[in-house]
Amino acid sequence: MGGEFVSPVPAIRLENLTVAYDRHPAVHHVDGHFAPGSLTAIVGPNGAGKSTLLKTIVGLLTPTEGRVQCDSANLRRQLAYLPQQAEIDRSFPITVGDTVAAGAWRDIGALGGVSAAIRRSITEALAAVGLDGFARRSIGSLSAGQFQRVLFARLLLQSAPVILLDEPFTAIDARTTADLLALVQRWHGESKTIIAVLHDFDQVRQYFPQTLLLARQLIGWGPTAQVLTPANLLVMRRMSEAWDEEAPFCPPQGRRA
Amino acid sequence: MTGLYSTLIGPFADYTFMRRALVACLALSIGSGPVGVLLLLRRMSLVGDAMSHAVLPGAAVGFLVGGLSLWGMTAGGFVAGLTVALLAGAVSRNTALREDASFAGFYLASLALGVLLVSTHGSNIDLLHILFGTILAVDNPALYLVGGITSVSTLTLLLIYRPLILECFDPGFLRAVGGRGSLYHLIFQVLVVLNLVAGFQALGTLMAVGLMMLPATASRFWADEVWSMALLAIGFGFLSGFIGLLGSYHYGLPSGPAIVLTASLFYVVSILFGRRGGVIRRLWPLRHRIA
Repeated sequence: MGGEFVSPVPAIRLENLTVAYDRHPAVHHVDGHFAPGSLTAIVGPNGAGKSTLLKTIVGLLTPTEGRVQCDSANLRRQLAYLPQQAEIDRSFPITVGDTVAAGAWRDIGALGGVSAAIRRSITEALAAVGLDGFARRSIGSLSAGQFQRVLFARLLLQSAPVILLDEPFTAIDARTTADLLALVQRWHGESKTIIAVLHDFDQVRQYFPQTLLLARQLIGWGPTAQVLTPANLLVMRRMSEAWDEEAPFCPPQGRRA
Repeated sequence: MTGLYSTLIGPFADYTFMRRALVACLALSIGSGPVGVLLLLRRMSLVGDAMSHAVLPGAAVGFLVGGLSLWGMTAGGFVAGLTVALLAGAVSRNTALREDASFAGFYLASLALGVLLVSTHGSNIDLLHILFGTILAVDNPALYLVGGITSVSTLTLLLIYRPLILECFDPGFLRAVGGRGSLYHLIFQVLVVLNLVAGFQALGTLMAVGLMMLPATASRFWADEVWSMALLAIGFGFLSGFIGLLGSYHYGLPSGPAIVLTASLFYVVSILFGRRGGVIRRLWPLRHRIA
């Protein structure tokens, strides 16, 4: 679990990254890099492209322009991703233990057996997220907060050096949020690279040293105090959520201005 | 005791065709039950139905070329079903159309083509045979075919069980860890077609889906996990075959519909009495604990 995975943590670079839906950019010419071992919050209004950016890094979306660069040969193998809860079928008849076991996919694949060591890891991971004795429960019987703890246990089992979290604390109560934030801190202490999409500015200021402020365009990226300034937040709030059907096409040159 | 024996066991002890039919039901249940459960969980319950219609033109072509030949009709049905599945999958992946809609489009075209082929080149009796099958006429080669398909289907399902479940329940996770979800989905679709083709020899294209989906939907009311649902579906399917065949023997009913109606009975009883969200449990909940 956790720390026993010894692997150089890769840096992730975004190079002129643009991801468009239906010719309208959701992420527009973003440049920068996530340092190894950094703990970064991605913040921005709804529709700012935060989840899109995360999914593109994971490889679930293809960039329209630019690319995600990584000095590891295979970023995907080093990466654990927590999707938004709405994307998981919670009515599916599966137990908590089996859900967490999926975190061992890279070790066991389609056919490998679930060894005693993995079983132990599952028990430990469930204990670490405060779900002792939940292994046999079906996921349909859990609250949203409990289910989020299950997904964090699965992340623990993946023991990946890079962890991407999409709105991990949305609709989660204060106690669960505190417990899960403690896990994030623990991962940070283990020098994992962590990127989380968040909405709570106070939480970001308190726990996340780095911030990427996005409103389709990059507004700021760096130490949180220097990014979450009143001026930057004003720029962020001015982002129009509507698409402009009359907007001109982005010129191929000089687009990084 | 002898009454019970002659009612329940006698027909199978006395007649080879009854024994063969029962074995065919067992094989079909083992193959189709788990596939039906996964279709249900993937919210593709009606895709089995669509696919069974899609098999028709292939079976018809096989019939026109080789007569009532087992292999010709099976191969034709398999090719037709697979073609529709692949086309529908390709369209839903590469266009804005969702999978159910693209299936609806292709299976209707396929069904119309099948009916056209049979009615211009054969008789209505042939069409009836393809649509409704004749489980009491299952011979040894047909039995081998059904058994072979069941074996292949069960083994394949075991091999892809884990990623298939993941793909069904959290496809984003499988893709994020580099699992090839669309490959497993494709293999699964091949299994659906294979099992339907196995079923239409015995039950006809229309009734084959019955043994696939009815036991699966019934099992959802009793089991909490995929494997237990699959085992229950197999049990319900086989019992439906057993009871349906006896009903058909004792009361002179057509066997295919008798089997599928028995499966429907399991379904209705499960809706009423199922311990997971059945009607009775909803109306009269069990006493609750204090914590």
